[in-house]
Amino acid sequence: MADKIATRESYGNALVACAEKFPNLVVLDADLAGATKTGIFKKAYPDRFIDCGIAECNMTGIAAGMATCGKIPFMSSFAMFAAGRNFEQVRNSIGYPHLNVKIGATHAGITVGEDGATHQCNEDIALMRTIPGMTVIVPADDVEAKAAVEAALAYEGPVYLRFGRMAVPVINDAANYKFEIGKGITLKEGKDVTIIATGIEVAEALEAAKLLEADGISAEVINIHTIKPLDAELVRASAKKTGKVVTVEEHSVIGGLGSAVCDALAEDALAPVHKIGVHDRFGESGPAGELLKKYGLDAQGIYKEVKEFVK
Amino acid sequence: MTNLELQKKANEVRKGIITSVHSAKAGHPGGSLSAADLFTYLYFEEMNVDPKNPKDPNRDRFVLSKGHTAPGYYAALANRGYFPVEDLVTLRHIGSYLQGHPCMQETPGVDMSSGSLGQGISAAVGMAMAGKMDGKSYRVYTLLGDGEIQEGQVWEASMFAGAHNLDNLVVVVDNNGLQIDGNIEDVCSPYPIDKKFEAFNFHVINIDAHDFDQIRNAFTEAKNTKGQPTAIIMKSVKGKGVSFMENNAGWHGKAPNDEEFEVAMADLAKIDEALQKEV
Repeated sequence: MADKIATRESYGNALVACAEKFPNLVVLDADLAGATKTGIFKKAYPDRFIDCGIAECNMTGIAAGMATCGKIPFMSSFAMFAAGRNFEQVRNSIGYPHLNVKIGATHAGITVGEDGATHQCNEDIALMRTIPGMTVIVPADDVEAKAAVEAALAYEGPVYLRFGRMAVPVINDAANYKFEIGKGITLKEGKDVTIIATGIEVAEALEAAKLLEADGISAEVINIHTIKPLDAELVRASAKKTGKVVTVEEHSVIGGLGSAVCDALAEDALAPVHKIGVHDRFGESGPAGELLKKYGLDAQGIYKEVKEFVK
Repeated sequence: MTNLELQKKANEVRKGIITSVHSAKAGHPGGSLSAADLFTYLYFEEMNVDPKNPKDPNRDRFVLSKGHTAPGYYAALANRGYFPVEDLVTLRHIGSYLQGHPCMQETPGVDMSSGSLGQGISAAVGMAMAGKMDGKSYRVYTLLGDGEIQEGQVWEASMFAGAHNLDNLVVVVDNNGLQIDGNIEDVCSPYPIDKKFEAFNFHVINIDAHDFDQIRNAFTEAKNTKGQPTAIIMKSVKGKGVSFMENNAGWHGKAPNDEEFEVAMADLAKIDEALQKEV
């Protein structure tokens, strides 16, 4: 397994890697270029980088205006501001006119760590997926983050991409790995339960599946990198096969991956769904790894909950 | 165009406002009428646009940041030839391409969707920035309400425009002095408006919104201003041209009934008559 790398870092690298292929790409940030890693792009292409200062709402409008002139803006901030503070600007200035703006939101979820609750956005997926026409992507690792950035640039329309602060292992290093917006990936076949994970929780879910295997529980693991449009076909087929579904996300259980999966399964009650995530509460300060453990979002926590659920 | 021709066009725009808002049984006539002369000047004199090629990448752009005054915008676009004047009566009707607030995907000539106050100016700034990056010579215009500038985003956008020396941008503030809840000074005074924009590195020009000589001079001055954006603060009369609507906050967002419609159209017909006598 390759070294760990944060998806925000992969994002910054991907922007540079895509710069020549997409000459209309411009990158906007709101005084967080060092942290969001758009600074990597700024260094390589200073003429195509705009620092809007600490004014995320205005940055959103600027990105929208530039998109009407043929630019492909990638605008960045922490998820709390890119999706939270900006919700109405994203909805009305980007979503309603369906403009070709990409939102690169970093520092999502509780793994922001020490900064604590004010900066730990566990609500962004919920907010963004309610906007008509918005595509929502949560890459799991370095490989997927890079592929997602390129796919978002090639796609015409608004896309929200969620990246993390914490370094995570590379799991999508298979030679046949292929990223396609809206297509989930079955990483491990199983027959007793389906674990559907997104973002950094995919690696934790794979580890949890190994622990379950040792106990004789065969878990299928699906990586849903695109929350919207959701790969309902894959989700439904797996739910039908195993009869039990667990969703895992570093996000509120209200409105995120778990809700999207429930939406896909609810009409004919294909399978019971157990949601693992942040349960209607704010985060807190602490080292990212310890927070994952405390909130039951590490492999051990997932293992315990799945085992209880399938019992 | 001569001032007289512009005045006649502006009166046609005003008729379009009254006709469309009456037909919609809803809408915002007051702020549409106060900006009718401005809409007319922009689309008949100032802007480099072609109704036959509304998406020309080199065209000048306009963003109606005070999007609720769409009836004035639509009436100007229709009279300029973007779509039939007869269609103005479909305003706000189900299935119409004339939505309550501007929608760029629906209406020919609309450069940006708007309506949520404070957001249009940011989009205009983005357009101006893109023009600068690409070395294009198009200019960008945006119209804000004097109540709208209570929105914080207006000042985020202004700070950016001033800091980036966007001299291809003209911000116009329609200073009719009234907002939904009453006088802007009573609600939350934005004055002094000119000093605020000056502090944000704008070249500021104060004019009378209903005097075409002053409007013309202001836009010429804006074009000749280098290294900073221009803000034109235009003192206007809300409801201008319709006797019972003038300077009345009650007509911010209300449609005239059939009787009021007749009175309003008669007022505008009188303006036509007076203009016919001028040579």
